[in-house]
Amino acid sequence: MPINYYIFTALALFSIGIIGVLTRRNAIIIFMCIELMLNAVNLLLVAFSKMQLEDMNRGILKIANNGTDAQLFVFFIMVVAAAEVTVGLAIIVMMYRNTHSVDVNFLNRLKN
Amino acid sequence: MNNIIDYVWLVPLFPLVGFLLNGLLRNSLSKPLTGIIGSGSILASFVVSVLIFMQVKTGATGIVTLFDFISYDKTNIPFAFQVDQLSSLFLLIITGIGFLIHLYSTAYMHDETDMHFARYFAYLNLFVFSMLLLVLGANYVIMFIGWEGVGLCSYLLIGYWFKNIEYTSAAKKAFVMNRIGDLGFLLAVFWILSKLGTVTYSEVFEKVNLLSANDITIITLLLFVGATGKSAQIPLYTWLPDAMAGPTPVSALIHAATMVTAGIYMIARSNILYTMAPTTQAVVTIIGLATALFAATIALKQNDIKKVLAYSTVSQLGYMFLGLGVGAFTGAVFHVMTHAFFKALLFLGAGSVIHAMHHEQDIRNMGGLKKYLPITHITFLLGCLAIAGIPPFSGFFSKDEILAAAYAKNPILYVLGVAGALMTAFYMFRLYAMTFLGKFRGTHEQEHHLHESPAAMTIPLIVLAALSVVGGLVGIPEVLAHNAHALEEFLAPVFAKSTALAKPHEIPHSTELLMMGGVTALVLGIIAYAWGKFSKYEKSAEESAGFGKVLENKWYVDEIYEAVITKPVNAFGKLLAKVDKYGIDWVVNGVGRSVQYASRQVRLLQSGQVGNYVLLMVVGIIILFAIQIFLKK
Amino acid sequence: MVPVLLILIPLITGAALFLIRQETTAKALALFASLLSLAVMLAGMSIWKDAAHLTFNEPWLNALHSRFHFELDGMSQLLCLLTTFSFPLIIYGTWNNSYEDTNRFFGLLLLSQAGLLGVFMAMDALLFYFFWELALIPLYFLCSRWGGEKRIAVTFKFFIYTFLGSLLMLIGLIMLYYKAGNSFEWADFINLKLSFREQVPIFFLLFIAFAIKMPLFPFHTWQPDTYEQSPNAVTMVLSAIMAKMGIFGLLRWLVPVVPIVSFQWGDNFATLAVISMLYASFVALQQDDLKRLVAYSSIAHIGLMILAVFAPSTAGVQGVMIQMFNHGVNILGMWLVVNAIEQKLGTRKISELGGLAQKAPVLTVLLVIVALANIAMPLTNAFIGEFMMFNGVLGSTATKFGVAYAAAGGLTIILSAVYTLRMIQRVFYGNTNSRTEHAKEISTNVQVVLAIIVVAIVLVGIYPKPLLSLTSDVTNQVISRINLK
Repeated sequence: MPINYYIFTALALFSIGIIGVLTRRNAIIIFMCIELMLNAVNLLLVAFSKMQLEDMNRGILKIANNGTDAQLFVFFIMVVAAAEVTVGLAIIVMMYRNTHSVDVNFLNRLKN
Repeated sequence: MNNIIDYVWLVPLFPLVGFLLNGLLRNSLSKPLTGIIGSGSILASFVVSVLIFMQVKTGATGIVTLFDFISYDKTNIPFAFQVDQLSSLFLLIITGIGFLIHLYSTAYMHDETDMHFARYFAYLNLFVFSMLLLVLGANYVIMFIGWEGVGLCSYLLIGYWFKNIEYTSAAKKAFVMNRIGDLGFLLAVFWILSKLGTVTYSEVFEKVNLLSANDITIITLLLFVGATGKSAQIPLYTWLPDAMAGPTPVSALIHAATMVTAGIYMIARSNILYTMAPTTQAVVTIIGLATALFAATIALKQNDIKKVLAYSTVSQLGYMFLGLGVGAFTGAVFHVMTHAFFKALLFLGAGSVIHAMHHEQDIRNMGGLKKYLPITHITFLLGCLAIAGIPPFSGFFSKDEILAAAYAKNPILYVLGVAGALMTAFYMFRLYAMTFLGKFRGTHEQEHHLHESPAAMTIPLIVLAALSVVGGLVGIPEVLAHNAHALEEFLAPVFAKSTALAKPHEIPHSTELLMMGGVTALVLGIIAYAWGKFSKYEKSAEESAGFGKVLENKWYVDEIYEAVITKPVNAFGKLLAKVDKYGIDWVVNGVGRSVQYASRQVRLLQSGQVGNYVLLMVVGIIILFAIQIFLKK
Repeated sequence: MVPVLLILIPLITGAALFLIRQETTAKALALFASLLSLAVMLAGMSIWKDAAHLTFNEPWLNALHSRFHFELDGMSQLLCLLTTFSFPLIIYGTWNNSYEDTNRFFGLLLLSQAGLLGVFMAMDALLFYFFWELALIPLYFLCSRWGGEKRIAVTFKFFIYTFLGSLLMLIGLIMLYYKAGNSFEWADFINLKLSFREQVPIFFLLFIAFAIKMPLFPFHTWQPDTYEQSPNAVTMVLSAIMAKMGIFGLLRWLVPVVPIVSFQWGDNFATLAVISMLYASFVALQQDDLKRLVAYSSIAHIGLMILAVFAPSTAGVQGVMIQMFNHGVNILGMWLVVNAIEQKLGTRKISELGGLAQKAPVLTVLLVIVALANIAMPLTNAFIGEFMMFNGVLGSTATKFGVAYAAAGGLTIILSAVYTLRMIQRVFYGNTNSRTEHAKEISTNVQVVLAIIVVAIVLVGIYPKPLLSLTSDVTNQVISRINLK
């Protein structure tokens, strides 16, 4: 499958994520949109990694690490994302307890 | 000990040891012991000085290097002493008179507590040490050490009674004025060093031809600035009369006999430089003569016994500079010597009077002391005759030599010099008559306590009186006796180069004799007038008016200095302190304030809305992409 | 080996002190450590004075080609001697001052000593910067925690001001790093052949840092405030040693590294230095607080050193090195007296004092000697330094205005006598007042410390040769760089 398909899919996912973060006010939705963006990046990484491996097999490209770097990154991102979820969700729970709402705009007391 | 000159370091060492002992052990030494240490150390120096003098008299001179003091690159300034005719003569004057004054002090300062008594002697010994360094140094830097050292001791001793804030102010004034002069001296030393690479006398005088005429003029002028500070010449003389705040023996030793003659010593030492700088010589002549006359006019109207002597000292120093200015180096040194005798005598006599009068110094409250203080009276009278220049007392010979040289240069100088000499005779006999003649004008209590001073005080008076009488005989002028000027012969090697360079004008013997006779007659007349007028002095309440008042207030010079220098300097300091606080620091703090202001403005961007932050972030990323794509083409 | 010991002794002791709660133990340990570093320093100058013992060169940050390179040449030895000599005196001289959290106070003090020593020995620019900041930061905490009433604002200003300078210096050093082909070595810096244009920005970046630290008019305003507000022991460190970092910086990292600018624009900075001297002297005339008086007099004295650096000659530059040491010793003595007066009488206002000479004769004698050294009386140490500096300035071939500089700067000789004697007169002479009536003699420890300082003053003043021969090689090195147009 040509690489373009992957790129467009990832781009679409990422844009949905951004627009979601920008427009929604529900903290949980924003959170999910962030996850969406991360996964878009993951998708892209895996796709490029695959393409690179194929190029190497055809002898076009010579790299020492067999194109596995990107896949390693994906694992990193997944781990980081998991950690982030735990922290982030905890924050949202605390926020709900304090304000009885998950509306982020409600929480603007940083001002002044 | 085959050559005593090699042991010259002993001379300053004794006073130094005396200073350390008295200074460090001042809490545990008894008064007699302190006195013995203090005077004994000077006596030891005197003995060595005499031995050295005998050696030098046979023609031996030498330079004794102790160690390298400052040496860097190619320059080397050794800590070295130079023994020659000039320095050995000064050694004798300093240690000899110094010893007498130490001896005198043991009685004069006897009322002080043990600790302060020891402090006094420590300072006095330190002074002698510094003065010896000054005259013994073989280069200008060692001389400068002594030069500043004597200034320091003068400061310490003027402010000896430190509880009195006015005395300490006088001490401070003396130090600061000396420092102004010292700066000139120091700059001259730097100038010599940068042009010749050495400050050792022998080398400097050797290489003097390498200097341009301009350089020599600048160097000599700067050195002379130093001399005006130390030797109390116009414009830096005002500290000396104030210095009378110190104990009287100090005034005798430092502010009459020794320290103030440092300037004369320095110029006599550098005679070759001055001979080669006619401009400077003219300046020295004018300043010297002006000071001699100016101070004499002030002395006419002073009523404090010590102030009269102080202005008289300033005036006599002026004569010495006049002598130096007209090239009579021997004459100037001769006058230093005789002046040391009779002025120390006069001061010590004044001290004896003050001692008897219980620290009364106003001559209007004295009178008739002749019968209470016989020894003081006789010696004081001899001192007055000597300073007034009556033959055959010592002052006559030395002053005559200077005046004769002035005549040879320019008769106007001579006339003015004689005018000063007449004033000297007048104020000295005014002082003498008001103090010793007439009837007693003090309180009954004072009269009751009047007594002659103890032997420790009168012996120095007698010795000094004897010296004042016969001291002039070492320099009998050619006109009176052939080849009898022993001093000139002795000092000839020191001034040889200058004498060769500037042939002194000869005055016909008849003219000289005529002048001598004329001046002596005039002086005698003035003395008779003053004697007659002031022996019948009555205390009156009327204040002097007009010109007399100006003289009584010392021409208002102190007030003028206060208004022209002290006040503006202080005001300027105040102004700069304000500038510092409200100007520069305001700018510095202003930088901080403007940063804070800016941050208050920027803070408005932090709205707290999560959406805004994300939006800004996205916009930022897009801009970065745009830059990446469009600018990195 | 000596450099490492010198750094490690105060560093380890300083850190260890944070753990010792017991007050006297902490003080004693601090004193012991400072004495130990003095012993090491003296050994380094006498027994182990071969190059192998005095240099230390190991890799540090390989990625940046920065090395742990210390060297004790003549100038470094002199300044390290000053540092190690001062610290025991400071600690013992202020023994009776009480602080909260004594152990932390002395811990931080020793940490700053490690920093100062590092600055004076570093031959690697990054290392130099590292220690430069290491010296600053503990002092910041010391001032802000134990200082006077206005300490927070004042120390904040002090920190920001000097830190600004440090950062500019860092930029300058990094520029040099690239110019020198990725090397922080001092030896590589001075072998650079930079054109005038290349030197200009580097000169200013480094100069401002040093000018603030010294300080030079008009960058000085942090200094009187900081000296006034800091605890006395810290003031001593600041003025006796830290101010020398700036001068040291000029002589090691500025003039030899960018000689062309230093030489061609020297007149501008020499003029500024003369202004600094006169300005500080005049301001000192009007100060009522003893600490501010000493602070301004210090600016005046430092100004002379800057003058001698920018109107250079062999005599002048060597005089600066000698004078760095002498000034440190003298000003330390002045601060000790101020501290003793403040501890005894609870005030530093000259107008509130008077007549102390009757109550404390020993203090008076010691102070007068220190004050005389401060006004460069002959036979005291400062005379040697000032003589050589003035002489060097007047005879400098690098400038046309040597005479004018020497004459104008010479005025400060007079002014310093005025304000110093005025201070002595108002504080010590005259009659006692209600405050000084019950004053007592200073305690033995202060007497001992001041006596040691006085001995040092007189010893160097009479026989300066050891110091002169110690610094002659470094001087020639600096001078040879300047003449190399």
